[in-house]
Amino acid sequence: MSDCDKCERLLQGYLDRELTRDEFEVAEMHLDECDYCRRRYRFEESLRQYVRTTAVERMPPGLMEKLAQLRTTDPGPSAPV
Amino acid sequence: MGEPETAESEGARRAAMEARDRVRFEEEALALADQVYRVARRFVSTREEAEDLVQDTYARAFRSWQSYTPGTNLRAWLLRILTNLNVDRGRRLQRRPDETPLEEHDYYLANSLAESGGEQVLDQDRVVERLSQDSIVTALSSLPDDFRDVVVLVDIGDFSYADAAQILDIPLGTVMSRLHRGRRLLKAKLADEAAA
Repeated sequence: MSDCDKCERLLQGYLDRELTRDEFEVAEMHLDECDYCRRRYRFEESLRQYVRTTAVERMPPGLMEKLAQLRTTDPGPSAPV
Repeated sequence: MGEPETAESEGARRAAMEARDRVRFEEEALALADQVYRVARRFVSTREEAEDLVQDTYARAFRSWQSYTPGTNLRAWLLRILTNLNVDRGRRLQRRPDETPLEEHDYYLANSLAESGGEQVLDQDRVVERLSQDSIVTALSSLPDDFRDVVVLVDIGDFSYADAAQILDIPLGTVMSRLHRGRRLLKAKLADEAAA
C-alpha cells in the first residue's frame, strides 16, 4: 500500500515525463509488479490522449490574416517604431 | 567631418539590424499562432473571446518585442502575455468571483470530491471511449480557473511543469498540486458524465 501511495505520486510525473532518472526507475519497477497501478497507468494515459485529441481546436480561418495586420514591420525595410 | 559620418553610418547599421531582428521576431511569433490559439480557446468559453485574446496577445507582443530574449522559449513568452491578459480580463468582467481566490480548504474539497469519481472511472473499462468531445470540453471549462489553466497548459499546450510555472508565475510545486487535483476533478466530472 505504501508503494502504491508512492507510485500514485510518481504516476503524474511519469506520464508527463517529468521524473528524474531515479524516480523513473522506481515508478517502472513498481508498475512491473503492481496490477492495480498498471491499470491505473493505462487509464490515465488514455485519458490524457483523449483530452489532447478532442479538446484541441485549430485556429479559425482568417485569424492569421488579422494577426499579420498587427505587425509593426513590413517584410521589407521599415522605419523604427 | 569624418567622425559624425562614421557615427551616422554606425547608427544606420544598428537600425537596420534591429529592423531585421524585429521582422524575424514577428515571423517566428506568427508561426506559433495556431499553438497559441489552442491554449487560448480552452481558457475562454467562446471562439470569439479566444480570437480577441490571441489578437490582444500579439498586439502586445509586437509592441514589447524587445523584452523577449532571443533563444529562449518564445511560445512560453507569448503564453505568459496571454495568461496575464486573460487574468486582467477576468478581473474586469468579474467572472466567477466566487471561485477566486482558491484557498486550501477549497482544494481539499475539490480533491475529496474527485477521489470518489476518479475511482469510479477507473473501474469502468473503456469509459474514455464512451465520452463525447463535448463532455471533455465542458468538463475542462467547468474546472476552477486555477486548476484549468495548469491542465490546459500541460495537456493541451504540451508545456513542461517548469514552463507552466514560469507562465503562471507560481512555484513548481503549485503547478504539480494544481495539475494533480485538476485532473482528479476532471475525472470526477467525466465519471458523472459517463454514468449519466
